[in-house]
Amino acid sequence: MNQAALRRIWGLMYRHLALYRNSWPRLLELSYWPVLQMCIWGFTAQFLMARIGNSAALAGATLLGGVLLWEVALRSQMGVALSFLEEMWSRNLGHIFVSPMRPWELVAAMIVMSMIRMLAGIIPAIGVAWLLYAYNLFSLGPILVLFFMNLMIMGWAVALGVVSLILRHGAGAEALAWSVLFGLTPFSAVFYPVSVLPRAMQPVALALPSAHVFEGMRAVLLNGVVPWYHLAAAFGLNAVWLAAAAVLFARQFRQARLRGALISIGE
Amino acid sequence: MPPAGAYAPRMNAIEVHNLTKRYGETLAVDAIDFAVPAGATVGLLGGNGAGKTTTIAMLLGLLIPTAGTIQVLGHDMARDRFAALARMNFSSPYVSLPQRLSVAENLRVYGHLYNVGQLERRIAELAVELNLGDLLERPAGKLSAGQKTRVALAKALINRPEVLLLDEPTASLDPDTGDWVRTWLERYRDESGCTILLASHNMAEVERLCSQVLMLKQGRIVDQGSPPDLLDRYGREDMEEVFLDIARDRRRAA
Repeated sequence: MNQAALRRIWGLMYRHLALYRNSWPRLLELSYWPVLQMCIWGFTAQFLMARIGNSAALAGATLLGGVLLWEVALRSQMGVALSFLEEMWSRNLGHIFVSPMRPWELVAAMIVMSMIRMLAGIIPAIGVAWLLYAYNLFSLGPILVLFFMNLMIMGWAVALGVVSLILRHGAGAEALAWSVLFGLTPFSAVFYPVSVLPRAMQPVALALPSAHVFEGMRAVLLNGVVPWYHLAAAFGLNAVWLAAAAVLFARQFRQARLRGALISIGE
Repeated sequence: MPPAGAYAPRMNAIEVHNLTKRYGETLAVDAIDFAVPAGATVGLLGGNGAGKTTTIAMLLGLLIPTAGTIQVLGHDMARDRFAALARMNFSSPYVSLPQRLSVAENLRVYGHLYNVGQLERRIAELAVELNLGDLLERPAGKLSAGQKTRVALAKALINRPEVLLLDEPTASLDPDTGDWVRTWLERYRDESGCTILLASHNMAEVERLCSQVLMLKQGRIVDQGSPPDLLDRYGREDMEEVFLDIARDRRRAA
């Protein structure tokens, strides 16, 4: 990657960082939902522990771990998709696409921005979990980094799919930026093992990197075992999903240039 | 100051051959050929739906042609568009800059995208040339139409482009501001040697700025020439009458 490419990526990141610097509500919104989620599920876990006793402590830990880690995937996906939507809403895509910025540089800038957005949302939620419930996500150990990586990559792959649909269908597809990952929640085994799902649904769950991450998280929390099989499956599936999403994005970008959609996108 | 690596004046900065764009059954641009000599200002005229915006979008690489070739500054836009885009720029009142960013922040964003050296100095130069000094820290969305036009021009000039594509640069401006923009463009072109392709509905503007005019109708170039040549051939006093003659098929050129 040459210096000019890095500068273009920084240029687009600067555009989004400036947007946050000029708008405290946007800054607040980054952590609002993850912290709110942590409050709701944390108090629920505490209530269950108080009613059922210490046997619910591990269940509570898996619940809070699930909430925090799922936010990693969710914020990563929304971080990419919302960066693209910001450009569409401000009718700025026309200027970006006539600059020397390559499409992959645009994607790279959106991915780095999504990491910043995700960390700005998750770190306060991790702090709330520690302060209110004495729950330390970092007790999972260094394996946590690999869980984070897999969930981020899955979020980016889903976001590239969403951006591709926006390129294809315009503003009509923008609601997917908020909703699409929620649709995958039941299959991602965030709060329960894959084995709870009906047998017909289990292959769907096992095709998602997130299901392997959460199976892995439970294995670490409940058995103290690092689940290398699940991690390998998550990385392998992510490679497939990300490659498929990149092909879809490249194809839809070209189709948008053929149809003239880059001129009118967002209208 | 001439743009870095300014194109040799005797060469064509833009060459278009057999350029065609078809959307399904609709032929938006129909096998047009034209060339814009380096340093010239050429007007692209035509009624709504004549194919001006489609042509400009293809020149900018926003739209892939159905057929034909485009060369800008010697670069084939089908294979090497990013090399050309680094040496071009574009301004249109219909494409916004991020409204919540300040003028300076917007110029910094595009300075980075175009890899402009000594960016802060370049922004300061543009602020002086385009009277933007008091506007630099104001949000782009809170500017008047005339101020927005000046900021859009600053964005379009941030990389000292060798080719500038302007889509209706004075649309919705009052006569005083419109005249200021035209005067400024004339001076900039003469000083820099920049090639300008101008799409406009303002015939006085075209007459004043353009050395050559391409008249588009239903995706075809139906006539072309210098404004004096067109006035002479149509026997008219101003370009507006020539435009109406062509648009309404009223008279044929001599």
